[in-house]
Amino acid sequence: MSAVAHASAYGAPGMASHLGPPPKRIVTGYGFWIFLLSDFVMFSAFFAAYAVLAKATDGGPGGRELFDLRSVAAETAALLASSFTCGLGSIAASRKQAMAFYIAMLVTGALGAIFLGLEIKEFVGLVAQGAGPTRSAFLSGFFTLVGCHGLHVSLGLLWLLTMIAQVMAKGFRADILRRILCFSLFWHALDIIWVGIFTVVYLYGVYL
Amino acid sequence: MLGKLSWDAIPLDEPIPLVASGVVVFILLAVLVYIAVKGWVPYLWREWITSVDHKRIGVMYVFLASIMLLRGFIDALMMRSQQAFAFQSQGYLPPDHYDQIFSAHGTIMIFFVAMPFVIGLMNFVMPLQLGVRDVAFPTLNSVGFWLPASGALLVNVSLLVGEFARTGWLPYPPLSELTYSPDVGVDYYLWSLEISGVGTLLTGVNLVTTVLKIRAPGMNYMRMPIFCWTTLASNLLIIAAFPILTATLAMLLLDRYLGFHFFTNEAGGNVMMFMNLIWAWGHPEVYILILPAFGIYSEVVSTFSGKPLFGYRSMVLATLAICLLSFTVWLHHFFTMGAGGDVNAIFGTASALIGIPTGVKIFNWLFTMYGGRVRFTTPMIWSLAFMITFVIGGLTGVMLAVPPIDFVLHNSLFLVAHFHNVIIGGVLFGAFAGYTYWFPKAFGFSLHEGWGRRACYFWIAGFYVTFMPLYIVGLMGMTRRMQHYDVPEWRPWILISGFGALLVLTGIICQIIQLVVSIRERESLRDLVGDPWDGRTLEWATSSPPPAYNFAVLPEVDEEETYWTVKQAAARRAALREAPEYVDIEMPRNSPTGFVVAFFATIMGFSLIWQIWWLVAVAFVGSYATFVVFAWRDHDEHTIPANEVARLDTANREARALALKSYAPR
Repeated sequence: MSAVAHASAYGAPGMASHLGPPPKRIVTGYGFWIFLLSDFVMFSAFFAAYAVLAKATDGGPGGRELFDLRSVAAETAALLASSFTCGLGSIAASRKQAMAFYIAMLVTGALGAIFLGLEIKEFVGLVAQGAGPTRSAFLSGFFTLVGCHGLHVSLGLLWLLTMIAQVMAKGFRADILRRILCFSLFWHALDIIWVGIFTVVYLYGVYL
Repeated sequence: MLGKLSWDAIPLDEPIPLVASGVVVFILLAVLVYIAVKGWVPYLWREWITSVDHKRIGVMYVFLASIMLLRGFIDALMMRSQQAFAFQSQGYLPPDHYDQIFSAHGTIMIFFVAMPFVIGLMNFVMPLQLGVRDVAFPTLNSVGFWLPASGALLVNVSLLVGEFARTGWLPYPPLSELTYSPDVGVDYYLWSLEISGVGTLLTGVNLVTTVLKIRAPGMNYMRMPIFCWTTLASNLLIIAAFPILTATLAMLLLDRYLGFHFFTNEAGGNVMMFMNLIWAWGHPEVYILILPAFGIYSEVVSTFSGKPLFGYRSMVLATLAICLLSFTVWLHHFFTMGAGGDVNAIFGTASALIGIPTGVKIFNWLFTMYGGRVRFTTPMIWSLAFMITFVIGGLTGVMLAVPPIDFVLHNSLFLVAHFHNVIIGGVLFGAFAGYTYWFPKAFGFSLHEGWGRRACYFWIAGFYVTFMPLYIVGLMGMTRRMQHYDVPEWRPWILISGFGALLVLTGIICQIIQLVVSIRERESLRDLVGDPWDGRTLEWATSSPPPAYNFAVLPEVDEEETYWTVKQAAARRAALREAPEYVDIEMPRNSPTGFVVAFFATIMGFSLIWQIWWLVAVAFVGSYATFVVFAWRDHDEHTIPANEVARLDTANREARALALKSYAPR
């Protein structure tokens, strides 16, 4: 009966087409991808809400009057560049080159901060000209969708600084490398979301 | 300093909630004092509260669900009795209070009874059935449990401090907007569900990763027990649906807290967008609940018929078909929106289509029993009751899927009877079947059979007597959520329904007695072998309760029912296989992270509800610090030495060798 629990003599070669649980690195990365998918679903709800409300300006300003594509282009450039440096940081981590890792991550963080700064400037400017989120349903949807992405970037910055501190304190331990993997997946995923926002909200918005 | 919170929040002028919460607080304090006096706190902290063992967490989920079932059921009794009295009078509950009760009843029963019950069973059983030692992320699992517990706590705090929502179990705007619900009731609802929703999502990620990545050697997808398949499907739905709930409730929160215009009547807000978004989560949610129950019935029917499950592959296909279809039908919850005949026809057809894979499942269970030697144990009686009851509920569901019929029955008690028919007759009966079936695995002794049957019969009778009359008054035009009514023709049916609730109460009392009697007579109900039902899947291959590491050596799987085949071979041979070579086993260390994070989440939720902003910041920093402390620890595993593994496994092998002598192979 409990022979099941010790059937190593029981299995013929080639029968076990699935070899049991894989290494932790695979499991962690896989699980984090699934979490990111759920994050995408959450964003898709905000995208859907924005799309439904895009024309509900209630007589107030729309995207054409409000969006400054130059500033948004700068934001996009900063964020995409930060993804590149984040990639460099991952390579440095996998080679266990601490200094290269710190530099790449600090540059990543700085570019993320530039992105956030530009976004805050845009938000403050909009509120100042009477186009805050309470003005119309369109602006509610806009501030929520873009702001939710901005919130993700902010939490990403907090995570990034924590990771740098952790590498300083503990070095490139296996569990820390797994967390760096998750962080870089997270940071790249924010790029994917931003490409959607850039296209759907800003590029499409100025033609509405 | 304390935001909106003041002494006015305590309902000193309303005796019912005041007395109720007084009793609850008294019982809670009494239990805590008793635990402290008995010196059980260190044990509870070490073995349960900080445990990252999927079995312990599963048991705690079911415990949470059971406590909340009592709370939700008291709400139900109050509603039934109010309607029994409130014929051409006001009854004993003012509208203000009655509305809170039906809102709390629905919210609690779905989010804090049905969800934790099925998630608890999945958590407990699935890794055992897959032949592995734990889920993919054990500490995350603990976080995933404690966050819903925190949400449940907040819902109950609303009884004493402030009030609960009066907006139904789904807070439809514009009623739930600040203009029409200015007090904190809706905020209690929203923050409780945001917190528990995050926990559920984390659990979904965890369990999907477990099924897809953590399986015993040789456990291909098509060799997984059907309960693992339904667990996978249910958790895929959690991942795809719960983020929509989080986003939708966040939009309502922004409307209420910061004056946004997602669902308001002014400034271009779109009320119907809420209905679409909430049901894009809400419809998959009912399949999140029912699919694991389908898995339980499959295991129970197969075991107690002594046969492999009929049509395994068609069962897998039907499960995945339901998983997919469940995302294509949300509009049938508001056919009356006015989307037009074509849209309604498409969604009506899609809704009726779900009947096909469900029918496949019903026939598979029937054919599994056909030609088998059926043992009518308590889990099997629950399953049989389910098959009949659920078909009735499914058929009224197909009726409601026809838009013209729905136009007439929308918002009536017919609808209320329908969804109680499928949720009680489907989800709850399944949860009870699973509870009885796996109880010996969790605790090492079986539940008392006689009291279990009595509970079954009272529940089944109670269900029919309560809800069949509601179908009838629904057809007679009685709408749901009525605090009082004047139509004399409805009265007899409402009284019969109230009597049915008392029958259910008797069933619940039988369940409590069953638990007490079973604990008292546990020595005679002991499961020494670990296989009390002559089971077929891997959870019965280890001892009851299983050791922390589940299996001394990971089983190797080479067919659908490996354990059954090996058991038969051993019985024919009249000997177990040779003992394996035992090695040290590394297991994750316990961690208070989940409990501490939930502690801060409760504070954060409470201070967000009452708008105590400094406390929100404190709680955020607290939970961030908790994660940092967790991330900073140096030892995350502990070793169970090989000789300890050998000792435990040898004891189990001896019990099994003894049991083998009286086992007749088939």
